[in-house]
Amino acid sequence: MGILLIVLYIFLTIGIIFNCLGSIGLLRFPDVYTRLHASTKNTTFGSIFTCLAVIIFSFYQLHLTQDSKFLVLALHTFIALVCLLVTNPTGAHAISRAAHRSGVMPKQAVIDQLKEAKLK
Amino acid sequence: MNEFFRIFIIPGGLLLLFMLLALVRLILGPTTPDRVVALDTINTLVVAGMVLVGAAYEEVIYIDVAIVYALLSYIGTLYVAKYLEERPKK
Amino acid sequence: MIDFFITFILSLIAYLFLTASAGEIAGLWSIFEVVLGIVLSVIVSFMATRVLFQKRSYRMLNPARWIIFLIYLIGPFFWAMIKANIDVAYRVITGKINPGIVKISPELKTDLGITLLANSITLTPGTLSVDIDEETNDLYIHWINVTTLKPTTADICGTFPQWVRRIAE
Repeated sequence: MGILLIVLYIFLTIGIIFNCLGSIGLLRFPDVYTRLHASTKNTTFGSIFTCLAVIIFSFYQLHLTQDSKFLVLALHTFIALVCLLVTNPTGAHAISRAAHRSGVMPKQAVIDQLKEAKLK
Repeated sequence: MNEFFRIFIIPGGLLLLFMLLALVRLILGPTTPDRVVALDTINTLVVAGMVLVGAAYEEVIYIDVAIVYALLSYIGTLYVAKYLEERPKK
Repeated sequence: MIDFFITFILSLIAYLFLTASAGEIAGLWSIFEVVLGIVLSVIVSFMATRVLFQKRSYRMLNPARWIIFLIYLIGPFFWAMIKANIDVAYRVITGKINPGIVKISPELKTDLGITLLANSITLTPGTLSVDIDEETNDLYIHWINVTTLKPTTADICGTFPQWVRRIAE
């Protein structure tokens, strides 16, 4: 019980801190590409840890009560986590490619080989 | 409600606060891609928050809704990206 | 025909995962759920077989590749993700950035391999895949801290291409 609480607190704290950094980075960075860095990486990582906390909690409750509701809770949380892990980087890639093709250039860039290459 | 309710509902409330931060970027955002990034962030936070709320109330239905929300919001992001890409240059 | 059968099995597994709760079969599913799942999976396979097997490659059916994929996810990928998040956290707090878009040639051939590598790059330190040259499979990477103007593949993504080659090629 005590160990479970400590683990839950640690995981939820890590998750909340990284989600917070993701939102702050979204406000703080200068252009769309660096904002994508902050939002994609940090919110994905934070969500992994909050979901892991929920999975650990439901396995503990399953062990305690033998109620199959908690097994379903753990399984569905895992599926939600997999969905997030697959869709987040793909969405970020789609946004960055669309931004570059619609003419939004990176600010303060020291090099832009994509602009030199002129794809299409 | 038991003691776990508090443990899961407080992080859920904090996630709501971070959504407001992302909403500021959604309103300010100078270009359209900035707004799409902010919307994508809000979607991820909504999914994480729904999972936490589902654990707090010990109801599976929240998490089912979260799965469907994640997939649909991803498709929405892809549509907006496709639209931005195909837009004729000025 | 074998394409159809594999799609059917995959969609049935997905359906059973989503509907697992109390019931007669193995204590997890009721008979009605399983029958409905089989019917729905047949319908889904009629529609989705063409999408899933565009190139008719059965390389990913080998279980050894799944195990390598799991080891890759838990080991090097997760470690790179931790480093990436601490790196981005440092940059969010201090605001030090030096961005640029660079080109790398990972020399992968399959679509699945390049997708896996692009997604891995997006979630690992300081890099974000922006675009792809579909003829040569070169990736264009947004790098948040440019240190050299002519980077090699190892500068950007470490040992990931070797792992991806083992998994998908």
